[in-house]
Amino acid sequence: MAIIEPVINIPVILQTLPSDWPGNFWGHWVLFSLVTIIVVILMVMGFIYIARREIGRMQSRVGPNRTGPFGLLQAVADVLKVLLKEGITPAAVDKPIYWLAPIVTLVPVFVVFAVMPFTNGGMLANLNIGVLYVVAISSITTVGMFMAGWGSSNKYSLISAMRVIASVVSYEFPVLISIASVILIAGSLSLNDIVIAQDIPFILLQPLGFLVFFIAGLAEISRAPFDLLEADQEIVAGFHLEYSGIKFALFYLVEYGEAFLLSCLISTIFLAGWRGPILPEWLWFIIKALIVWFVMVWLWATLPRVRIDQMMALAWKFLLPLAVINLVVTAIEVLSLSEDMLWIMIPINFAMTAVLILFWSKKFFRLGWGRVEV
Amino acid sequence: MAIRTEPFVMNMGPVHPSTHGVYRMRLTLDGEVVVDVEPVIGYLHRGIEKLAEQRTWTGVIPLTDRLDYISSMSNNLAYCLAVEKLAGIEIPERAEYIRVIMAELQRICNHLVAVGSFFNDNGAYYTPFLQMYREREKIVDLFEMVSGQRLTYNYMRIGGVSQDVPRDFVPAVEKLLEQLPPAFDTFDKFLKDNEILLARAKGVGILSPELAIDYGITGPVLRASGLAWDLRKEDPYSIYDRFEFDIPTCDEGDSYDRYRIRMLEMRQSLRILQQAVKQLPEGPVKADVPHFFRPPAGEAYGRIESPKGEFGFYVVSDGSIAPYRCHIRSTSLINISVIRELVLGWKLADLVTIFGSIDICLGEVDR
Repeated sequence: MAIIEPVINIPVILQTLPSDWPGNFWGHWVLFSLVTIIVVILMVMGFIYIARREIGRMQSRVGPNRTGPFGLLQAVADVLKVLLKEGITPAAVDKPIYWLAPIVTLVPVFVVFAVMPFTNGGMLANLNIGVLYVVAISSITTVGMFMAGWGSSNKYSLISAMRVIASVVSYEFPVLISIASVILIAGSLSLNDIVIAQDIPFILLQPLGFLVFFIAGLAEISRAPFDLLEADQEIVAGFHLEYSGIKFALFYLVEYGEAFLLSCLISTIFLAGWRGPILPEWLWFIIKALIVWFVMVWLWATLPRVRIDQMMALAWKFLLPLAVINLVVTAIEVLSLSEDMLWIMIPINFAMTAVLILFWSKKFFRLGWGRVEV
Repeated sequence: MAIRTEPFVMNMGPVHPSTHGVYRMRLTLDGEVVVDVEPVIGYLHRGIEKLAEQRTWTGVIPLTDRLDYISSMSNNLAYCLAVEKLAGIEIPERAEYIRVIMAELQRICNHLVAVGSFFNDNGAYYTPFLQMYREREKIVDLFEMVSGQRLTYNYMRIGGVSQDVPRDFVPAVEKLLEQLPPAFDTFDKFLKDNEILLARAKGVGILSPELAIDYGITGPVLRASGLAWDLRKEDPYSIYDRFEFDIPTCDEGDSYDRYRIRMLEMRQSLRILQQAVKQLPEGPVKADVPHFFRPPAGEAYGRIESPKGEFGFYVVSDGSIAPYRCHIRSTSLINISVIRELVLGWKLADLVTIFGSIDICLGEVDR
């Protein structure tokens, strides 16, 4: 911990230096970018480890426990193995698209972490439009996945590519609208300011927004039960079916990198990010992200997968209307309540969440109602 | 502006995670919707019917293990019944009971695998599958106790079973009978009303009773369509007429019912097991069958209600030490023949659900 502390605090230290200090460019942008990338990769390895151990426990088996202490180095071993694999390029692929796809998919995931506040102000760039930046950049990943699916000249991959586009187009709306209601309360688009505004964590002020964001986020990054684009029972592995070796490793990194991204976003927007007593700020941030990831893996190990038309229907008929209603109600509350009266929103919004979900699933849309026509 | 689209052909199998073996479907898809499906079988053909003609009558039994390798005991039983019918052999009381115990344990075993992989096909990430395998493992341990094998048991013989069960077998079965009902309750509690499962399986791939009869479908798939047809009741073989049990049926005939019927049948199997274990008599376990067994010339058809449906052997003897002809009525092949009727117009994901709900074993389809 003593070693990590100064590294994490580099941006804070650098902010104290005069702005015309010549080391600012190298010290801040290059070094901190490097730190961010390393942190992301390390966290991805941690996430893989947690996922495998947790799912192992839930399936009454042990999970990896041989490589390194408690199997902690299993991810390292896997990465090394996959790096040494022969990269096979099928003859029929569209070469430029096929080669570019892993890069186009990977880069946005890392770039998004530039605005993620690991500590108070501990971010590469405190953008005043942080949330918009996150949503916009992370969508580019979809283009990469579509390129992979299209360029592989494989029909399973093609189906997967179509599913990616369909799901991301649909789920972008509930994600954006549920974030919008948070922004109404916080009054800022910067992720750091959103954390600072959370004297009461927004999960309490925005229970419905949280649920919508969580579900839609899962669909956006295609984690279970919305992992349609790599549904191995249907389309084997989906868009990365024809990739092997390092190119496959990059897709794997993207998959868990996105999961880390969503965990970070949820912990920042709804769980008060780095705020917390006693422990250092960055540790609080990581703990909250891990809790979110734990729940995501829990769902992964538990739920069957929805079908593509049901997934579309869930976005348009369930999540979107609820998110819009939530946005309107939040707007009215923010207008009518003063800053220190926000706690009144807690009971109102929880009641509204329960009533709306019950009413909506009874009256309009329920997944288990059978065949959904599209 | 209307965009011109056209269906495309996709190959599903022979190596695919959800075809339960080397089954191949040539799909014509319109986007995600299945327009046409052309099953291609034979990737696992080993010519077991022909091989049987070169084995002695007893030597065919290991071959039957390789048919439906999920439920080898049932295959053994069907073959032995056919040959005993041909030669008119009376088998000892204790052997009959042991056979019934094995067949019913095998039914639970098979249904656990079937339901587990059905959930897997619906995208549940191995958790129901492995939880059910954990229960199956206990049964496989029992089989290992009696036969020394865990998959291809080769346990039954013409005129009985190969050896008596060990002394601690009956207590072990009794212990298992206490452990299984709570486990089934847990499965039902977590899986039965799952919202996503209902969405995926309810109303998907409805098999009408008429269609089922036309295609000669038997077993749980038929009973899920509402027809209470079970050879254990309709044409009792072995000693099934001595036990008290019900034949569960469902009404809809959709994939969800085909999953439910298996859970219900396992509980009925437990009932049979409880009675059989209680009544298990002492005595010999094998009739006096000569080593070089030559049944009289003739023919016979022996059939059982295997976990997957009616499973039968049609054997012809010319009085020699080997079968003259041995035909297998393989349940899986006949049950899967209806797949085209069920999946047309459904989506790719539903195809997997329907396929999984029928529960086939490729060792039996291709023989």
